[in-house]
Amino acid sequence: MKTDLYQGHDYYLMDELLSDEHKLIRDTARAWIKKEVSPIIEDYYERAEFPKQIVPGLASIGGFGPYIPQEYGGAGLDQISYGLIMQELERCDSGLRSTSSVQSSLVMYPIWKYGNEEQRKKYLPKLASGEFIGSFGLTEPDHGSNPGGMVTNFKDMGDHYLLNGAKMWISNAPFCDVAVVWAKNEEGRIWGLVVERGMEGFTTPETHGKLSLRASATGELVFDNVKVPKENLLPNKSGLGAPLGCLDSARYGIAWGAIGVALDCYDSALRYAKERTQFGKPIAAFQLQQKKLAEMITEITKAQLLTFRLGQLKNEGRATSAQISMAKRNNVDMALKIAREARQIHGAMGITNEYSIMRHMANLESVITYEGTHDIHLLITGFDITGVNAFK
Amino acid sequence: MKILVCISKAPDTTAKINFTDGNTKFDEAGVQYIVNPYDEWYALVRGIELKEANGGTVTTVTVGTAADDPIIRKALAIGADNAVRIDSEAKDAFFTAKQIAEYAKSEGFDLILTGKETINYNGSQVGAMIAELLDLPYVSLATDLQIAGSTATIKREAKGGKETVQVSTPLVLSASKGLAEQRIPNMRGIMAARTKPLNVVSPADVTPLTETVEYSLPPEKGGVKLIDPENMDELVSLLHNEAKVI
Repeated sequence: MKTDLYQGHDYYLMDELLSDEHKLIRDTARAWIKKEVSPIIEDYYERAEFPKQIVPGLASIGGFGPYIPQEYGGAGLDQISYGLIMQELERCDSGLRSTSSVQSSLVMYPIWKYGNEEQRKKYLPKLASGEFIGSFGLTEPDHGSNPGGMVTNFKDMGDHYLLNGAKMWISNAPFCDVAVVWAKNEEGRIWGLVVERGMEGFTTPETHGKLSLRASATGELVFDNVKVPKENLLPNKSGLGAPLGCLDSARYGIAWGAIGVALDCYDSALRYAKERTQFGKPIAAFQLQQKKLAEMITEITKAQLLTFRLGQLKNEGRATSAQISMAKRNNVDMALKIAREARQIHGAMGITNEYSIMRHMANLESVITYEGTHDIHLLITGFDITGVNAFK
Repeated sequence: MKILVCISKAPDTTAKINFTDGNTKFDEAGVQYIVNPYDEWYALVRGIELKEANGGTVTTVTVGTAADDPIIRKALAIGADNAVRIDSEAKDAFFTAKQIAEYAKSEGFDLILTGKETINYNGSQVGAMIAELLDLPYVSLATDLQIAGSTATIKREAKGGKETVQVSTPLVLSASKGLAEQRIPNMRGIMAARTKPLNVVSPADVTPLTETVEYSLPPEKGGVKLIDPENMDELVSLLHNEAKVI
C-alpha cells in the first residue's frame, strides 16, 4: 500500500485568511482521510463499491451537514469550514465528496430550510451522525438539464399522497434510508417529499457499469403508487426554486472540492517531476514540464481566491446562484485540465492505480456533468449578465 | 487523577529550515507549526485514556506565546479538559522545565507526561529537569503505562529489549512511540475546544542556562550514481575510493 504523501499548496498565503479553527477542521479532515480512506480508496474504486464502514468516521469529522445548527446534530460551522471539508474529501476522491455533499446539501439542507420543526428533529440528527444516509431525487431519465419538465407526481388521496414516477443518476440511492424527492402535485407545482426506505412500491435499483465515481453508489429511485404520509411533505417552500436552492449549496461545495482534486494532481505531479530523471536530470528541469506545473499552480491559486471570496459572500448570505455557477464551472474545468496535464507528467505511471490521477480524471467527467453541466453553467452566467435566457 | 501533559510546538515536517541572526535563531517565516508528535500522539492520548478509564482531569501546559494557541486548541480538541499557557518564549530546556515546575509545584498533579523529545530540538531534557525540580521520580522513554491505585507500572525501551519498572505516583514520565495510538480530533471535540479554559499565566523569573551560538544544516545529500550491474569492479572501486565505506 502506498503512503499518501499529499501536502497542501498555498502560493498566495491564503491560510492567513483562515481562522485557527478553519485550519484545525481542514487538517483534521486531511489526517482522517490519510489514515482511514487513502489506504483503501483505490481498492473500493476498482470494486465499484462505496466503503460503508467509513460512514461513522465521516460523520465524526463533520462530513454530514457541518453548517446545520447544533440543535439538530450539526456542527453549526460557517460556509468556509464546509468548503474546506469538501476540499479535503474530494482531494481523496470525488465519490467520497459526493456522498458527503448529497447528504449535507441535498438532504439535510432542504429538511432544515424547507421542513417543519418535527421533520428537522426527526431526520437531521440521524443524518448528521450517519445513522441515516440520504439521497436526493430531482433528475429523471428524460429531464436532466430541464428539471422543471419532470413527470414524477403525487396525488392528494385525503389521508396520504400517492407518489409515482422515477428518478435517475441518484448518488447514495442503493443504500439510502431516506430520499428527498421532488415531484409535481395535481396543479403542476413542485414540492419536496421525504420518502423512507420500506415504503411499499419504493425501490432503488443500482446503476452499474459506471467508469467514473466508482467508489460512490449511484442508482434510481422508482415510485410505483407509493403511499407517502402527508407529514412527509416539506411545507416551507415549493416550486423549482426549492430544489435549485439545494443545488446552490451543493455546487458551492463542489467548487471547493474541485480545488482539492487539482491540488492532489499538482502535488503528485510536482513530486514526480522532481524525482523522475531523464537525460541525466529531473524532468522538472525541462521547460515544457515547468510550463505545465507553473500553469497548474497559477490556475489553482486563481480558483482558491475566487472560491474563498465566494465563501465570504455565502457566509454573509449574499452569494448569488450565478456566482456559484461561475465557481463550480471554472473550478471543475480547471481541475479536469490539471488532471490531464498531471497524467502526462507522470508518463506511463500516470495510467496506473499507483497514482490517483486517472481516478480523479475519470471522476471529474461526472463532476463536470452533474449538478448543472459545464454548458448550462455558462448559460446561467450568460443569462445573468445579459438578462436574456438562452436555455430554451 | 490529576494529569498534566506538557505540550510543545514543532515545525511541520514539510517546513523549510532556515536560520536568521547570524545562524543563531530559527527563521519562523512561513513555518507551519504542529503539536510535537511525541507530546500529542503518545503523552496526551495516554493521559486522556487514563482519565477516561479512572476519572480525573487532563491539563496541558505550554511555555509559549499567543502564537502557540492553535496547537493548544488542538490538544483541547483531542480531549484535554483545560490548558495553561505560560506566557513566554521557551528559551532553553532549563527555562522551560523551571517554568513548568513553578506552575506545577502547588497543583498536586499525580502524573506529569511529556514527549520523549521535541522533533526539532531533540533535547530530551525537560521531563527529567521537571522531575528533579519537583523532587519526583522520572521514567524516560515509556512505551506502556498502567496505573493501579498509586502504583504505576511502566514498560520502557532499553537497548535491545524492554525494562519494566514500578513507581509510586506522583511521577514524571517521557512518552515514546507505542505508549498510545494517535487520535484524530472529531468535530464534537473541535467545537468543545472553543469553550474549554485556556489560562494564560505570567512566567516566573528564570534565567536560561544555555545560549545557542550557532545552528547549521546537515550537508546536502549527494546525487545518486547508477552503475551498470555488469560493472562490479567500478562499484567496488567507488565504494572503496570515493565513499570510503569498504
